[in-house]
Amino acid sequence: MIDLSTDCGGIKSLNPFWLASAPPTNSAYQVCKAFEQGWGGAVWKTIGEPVMNVCNRYGGYDYNGQKLIGINNIELISDRPIEKNLKEISETKRLFPNNAVIVSLMVESKKETWHEIVKRTIDTGCDGIELNYGCPHGMSERGMGSAVGQVPEYCKMITEWVTEVSTIPVLVKLTPNVSDIIYPARAAKAAKADGISLINTINSIIGIDLDTFQIMPSVAGKSGHGGYAGAAVKPIALHLVSQVARDKEVNLPISAIGGITNWKDAVEFILLGASSVQVCTAVMHYGFRIVKDMIEGLTNWMEEKGFSSIEDFRGKSLPQLDDFGNFNLLHKTVARIDQKKCIHCNLCYIACEDGAHQCIDLIPVNGHNKTVVRESECVGCSLCSLVCPVEECISMVSVDEKSESKSWNELMNEYKNENKPLTWDSLAEFQHKHGIEIH
Amino acid sequence: MKNLAPKLSLKEYENNFAELHPPFTPLTAKAEAERCLYCYDSPCTKSCPTHIDIPAFIKKISTDNLLGSAKTILDSNWVALTCAKACPVEVLCEGACVYNDKGEKPIEIGRLQRYAMDNYFRNSSPNIFTFSKKKNKSVGIIGSGPAGLACSAELTLLGYDVIIYEANKIPGGLNTWGIAPYKTRRQDSLKEIKLIKSLGVKIKTGIKVGETVSVEDIIKKHDAVFLGVGLGKSSELEIPGEELKGVYNAINFIEKVKSENWNSVKVGKRVAIIGAGNTSIDAATEAKRLGAEQVYIIYRRDTSQMSAYDFEFLLAKKDEILFYFNSAPKKIVGKKYVEGIECIKTKLISKGLKDKPKLTVIPKSEFIIPVDMVIKAIGQKSHNNFLNSIKELKMRDGKVVVNKKNYQTGNAKVFAGGDCINGGKEVVNAAYDGKMAAHGIDEYLSN
Repeated sequence: MIDLSTDCGGIKSLNPFWLASAPPTNSAYQVCKAFEQGWGGAVWKTIGEPVMNVCNRYGGYDYNGQKLIGINNIELISDRPIEKNLKEISETKRLFPNNAVIVSLMVESKKETWHEIVKRTIDTGCDGIELNYGCPHGMSERGMGSAVGQVPEYCKMITEWVTEVSTIPVLVKLTPNVSDIIYPARAAKAAKADGISLINTINSIIGIDLDTFQIMPSVAGKSGHGGYAGAAVKPIALHLVSQVARDKEVNLPISAIGGITNWKDAVEFILLGASSVQVCTAVMHYGFRIVKDMIEGLTNWMEEKGFSSIEDFRGKSLPQLDDFGNFNLLHKTVARIDQKKCIHCNLCYIACEDGAHQCIDLIPVNGHNKTVVRESECVGCSLCSLVCPVEECISMVSVDEKSESKSWNELMNEYKNENKPLTWDSLAEFQHKHGIEIH
Repeated sequence: MKNLAPKLSLKEYENNFAELHPPFTPLTAKAEAERCLYCYDSPCTKSCPTHIDIPAFIKKISTDNLLGSAKTILDSNWVALTCAKACPVEVLCEGACVYNDKGEKPIEIGRLQRYAMDNYFRNSSPNIFTFSKKKNKSVGIIGSGPAGLACSAELTLLGYDVIIYEANKIPGGLNTWGIAPYKTRRQDSLKEIKLIKSLGVKIKTGIKVGETVSVEDIIKKHDAVFLGVGLGKSSELEIPGEELKGVYNAINFIEKVKSENWNSVKVGKRVAIIGAGNTSIDAATEAKRLGAEQVYIIYRRDTSQMSAYDFEFLLAKKDEILFYFNSAPKKIVGKKYVEGIECIKTKLISKGLKDKPKLTVIPKSEFIIPVDMVIKAIGQKSHNNFLNSIKELKMRDGKVVVNKKNYQTGNAKVFAGGDCINGGKEVVNAAYDGKMAAHGIDEYLSN
């Protein structure tokens, strides 16, 4: 029996799939509909300070025929009054006692104001609180959102105001618009937060209209940066989640956000340590219904891999994360082309020739070109296998002869012990000894 | 004709002759262009007789650089709109697309080329060409079909004064007069002619070289001459009854259809086409689309021997054309009008393994198909008399012999290309010949 239930910093949910605090969680109507379709939890769209929105609010990034691989927005926190939101939150929680309802908060930086909103929020019966320190547009100009997340001291101070009165779990949602995400994460930890949510949206300008020169989205001729999200940001989110997950000082449950559009994305974040995942853009594009595939796909995958709970594989990939200096310099792979599968598009050739290390030859055979890798010169960069449009046509094959291993750090230690300076010549000596030739 | 097919309404005609491959919309064109893998040293380019840089022009569609896309196409092919619509892409570029090897649908190269060219002509054909310095030499071109047009355009860019002599009232050769209307319309060809004229090419229509003026005069008048005269009269069946009313040749029939005055083209209720080449298919499907109740294609050999492309055969079958294979016409039956065609069954007989099988008639296997119209489509002869009148020009198997490198004939001043040198191929082959001959002429005149 596969159990998808999770516990993220004390917030329990039926499955790891939560809706992120965003337009899809703007109202009880939406959140109830989402729960009916299977979403395990929802972070209510941030409530707090009075705001007014503008139009347009979104800009889309399309690539090669695919609509909306990225989206940016200048929408603010909920523009519905606090009372109305709190009432709907408590109704929703009453109707769906088994789903996680988390309320995202953002108010001005005053202790009393925070104390008040936290208490009122707890009264709704919700399962947790998420502190929005991430919103990078509009709210930050008013000293909230990412203006807090970017300064670890503010982050700690406000989180303490919340945790000192909260009786329910508190997650801190971080902005990626910082030079090192670890510091605000540690600040949250120091202030006794129960978990970290990340990432919020990334500062961005989505594009410019070439006919009108107008930056998009345009608000009556004016524009500004917005928060970038969607599939395109996933690699950045994966990295930042891994940073927080690896940090021994932080050591907090993580609710991962950033470009999650299907169960596979979710699995990747869980493998890096996330306890729950939050989705927004994919739902804005296709609706709540996508959760059905997410649940089914995850369940099938777990069954196939022999996992019965999320904890069975959570963080499973984290131990691989290491510094470049500890990577084995002597590991060698080369590209091998399956000639039977090759369709002769020659994209591997031109990529290697112009963009890499010139080690694929084009040999005319029967009116087409045969692409042949000069293995002795292949540096194993894998570019050719990445551009190849045919599945499993180019594979990167390990050609390690011995089980020898030497990392840069080990090598530098040897140099240090032998009192040998690091020069191009001394390095060439090492390379030569191990049959490595740089062309 | 004894029984004419009933006339159709204008709407019915237009429906019947509607384009087989409708144009892309901007969104669908981009989606298809983005599907292109942008192969390097691509098989599609190699298989295009004019070697258009196909991945480059498709990439430009995907980046909204439509003018650049048209420029890439026109750099290689002067009659690119016609080719986009009339080329047998299944056996050329699209047949070579790497997606075929992947087991997926090839890129619709023809339709994408048409998209780029349509856009170019819609935007009143901006001048995107680079002209060499005027050379003060002139070249006379006989025939304004695709070979002559391509040659004239290229020579003009190279700095030559070019005059095309065209026997017909409307120029364009087969592009204007021969391609089935569900592939291209006359207007498409005229757009290309207008573009080529805008470069400075002069076209004199109604000039029958050999009749109106002598070929010697043309050769004397110009520094060089290009022959793009295509093929001549249709071959005869040489069977009794060929003089009956209701017997036509395919070229004339197709020319009439090409006028797009559907109403005025007489077509029988039941029509027999003799021959199974691509022209036969055109004549058959056109007769059917004009309202003929039943159209037959009669061919003395079997499917494996017919020269029509597979996709043309399929089209004919879709149009409910009935095929009589291994049936040789023996006699056209009728008093004054065609009433039927008498055929005799044939088979291939080989005497031994080494012996090439011979087509033999089966005695007493005659049968009559009642028809009102017979269209002969068994090939065309070359303009033998005319071509033989040119001094030093050599002919072989009815084709003008040229040096493959520069398209020069036995007469150093005379060059040739297109159907008159290959016996009848595609528009795209003629377009390539014409262009390459222009460079041959340039080299000849520069020395």
